[in-house]
Amino acid sequence: MTAVPIGETLDVSLTVNGATVSVDIDPRRSLADVIREEIGLTGTHLGCEHGVCGACTILLDGEPARSCLMLAAQAEGTAITTIEGLATNGEMHPVQQAMHEAMSFQCAFCSPGFMMSTIALLDDNPNPSEKEIREELSGNLCRCTGYESIVEGVETAVKIMGPTR
Amino acid sequence: MKNPQFNYHRPGSLSEALALLDEHGDEAKVLAGGQSLLPVMALRLGRPEHLVDIGALAGLSNITAGPQGTTIQALVRHAAAERSTDIATHAPLVSAAMPHVGHRAIRTRGTVCGSIAHADPAAEMPAVCLAVDATMVAESVAGTREIVATDFFEGYLTTALRPNEILTEVRFPAWSATAGGTVVEISRRHGDYALLGLACLLDVTEGLIANAALSFFGAGGTPIRVAEAEQTLIGRPPNDETFAAAAKAVTEHLEPGSDIHASTNYRRHIAGVLTRRGLAEATSKIGVPA
Ligand SMILES: Cc1cc2nc3c(=O)[nH]c(=O)nc-3n(C[C@H](O)[C@H](O)[C@H](O)COP(=O)(O)OP(=O)(O)OC[C@H]3O[C@@H](n4cnc5c(N)ncnc54)[C@H](O)[C@@H]3O)c2cc1C
Ligand code: FES
Ligand code: FES
Repeated sequence: MTAVPIGETLDVSLTVNGATVSVDIDPRRSLADVIREEIGLTGTHLGCEHGVCGACTILLDGEPARSCLMLAAQAEGTAITTIEGLATNGEMHPVQQAMHEAMSFQCAFCSPGFMMSTIALLDDNPNPSEKEIREELSGNLCRCTGYESIVEGVETAVKIMGPTR
Repeated sequence: MKNPQFNYHRPGSLSEALALLDEHGDEAKVLAGGQSLLPVMALRLGRPEHLVDIGALAGLSNITAGPQGTTIQALVRHAAAERSTDIATHAPLVSAAMPHVGHRAIRTRGTVCGSIAHADPAAEMPAVCLAVDATMVAESVAGTREIVATDFFEGYLTTALRPNEILTEVRFPAWSATAGGTVVEISRRHGDYALLGLACLLDVTEGLIANAALSFFGAGGTPIRVAEAEQTLIGRPPNDETFAAAAKAVTEHLEPGSDIHASTNYRRHIAGVLTRRGLAEATSKIGVPA
């Protein structure tokens, strides 16, 4: 049993982009805030902080999750991947490469969330139809593009990554 | 919008969790997936003194499904229910609801039981529970009690659960081999809460409808079954004419509310449309797993 009264802190350990991290935090803090402010990875963006915009989407044990709708305390013992964890040895992840090629974004505030959601989508369904892409990404909001270029980016990713996995 | 302060508890067992809830009464809230509770707290619509995080409890994540019925325990996430081929076979209405529940990143965290306990009137799972007469199993330090769906959903975000109880599982009765069911809805964007939706099922024996359920969500403070419309279906063949008569009865008897997103008249209209659409789809699913 763990009990943390108001004003006291809790130790939370998790794996972030392959590295083990321990933080000592007020239990009310969201995983998103801890990723950004304690761990210093500011690529995970916060738009609405109540679950509707998708900007804060990360992968939690390989599955997409809203980091604003989790207490960091709930991530104890998990392994998360943020946008910073996608590139390897300075090489962009194929989804990043595709979104870059298709010029998917304008201001790019929404881009980390879209890319994490796209990775989760293609993991489950390597060759989605346009309708499936639109449905699956309906949980991510973009205020700039009108979405056409983002859908194109996903289609480009399918081309780069191949229709099977 | 940052969370307000609270006393955080992470019990190591169900009995510890129940003892905490008993001690703190309505000052405490159960935290399951957090996909409804954390937004509620962020928006200061609720401000519990104590959060009892049951997310790490062992032995509460099982799905048991077979010809005798299906049981889904407290910590089964929507995503796990969505993927379960056993649920698709033995509780197909649950599978049919899943793709409509929020977005994928919500379903990986949110729980089926959390959705039932939260009882949002526009949520899919409460309507499914009402359509199939599911039983909710509530545990407290005093013991276990079973609550049938007709008694469980009391009003807007209000259920028969007491502050010291945990919904440990939901039980769905055996699914008839001659039944078909589906969930249809109109929402502004895929994954949004529905403006109005319908969980429906039909059981057809020897070409005639022997049993039917029409359970609407987004049409009032709780999910609502329209008995008058269900009655029109019994003993009739499952065809367009029968479905049109049921749709007419639905639009006559349903009194949905009005808000910024849709008027009462529009909601009543789509209730009729969804009745026809849902019943046709349910008929096509008889004998086919979801
Ligand atoms: C953007 C967005 C869109 C969504 N769209 C939909 C949608 O279209 N349809 C839909 O149905 N839902 C939707 N949801 C809500 C989602 O389904 C939630 O996951 C679900 O309603 C609650 O499950 P949870 O496990 O996250 O519960 P929590 O958020 O942890 O808890 C919710 C409430 O239930 C109580 N509770 C939870 N579990 C138990 C238990 N076992 N025993 C007793 N009390 C319990 C809590 O105390 C709290 O009051 C959406 C959420 C978001 C953020
Ligand atoms: S910031 Fe998390 S969903 Fe908007
Ligand atoms: S590119 Fe600006 S919000 Fe999407």
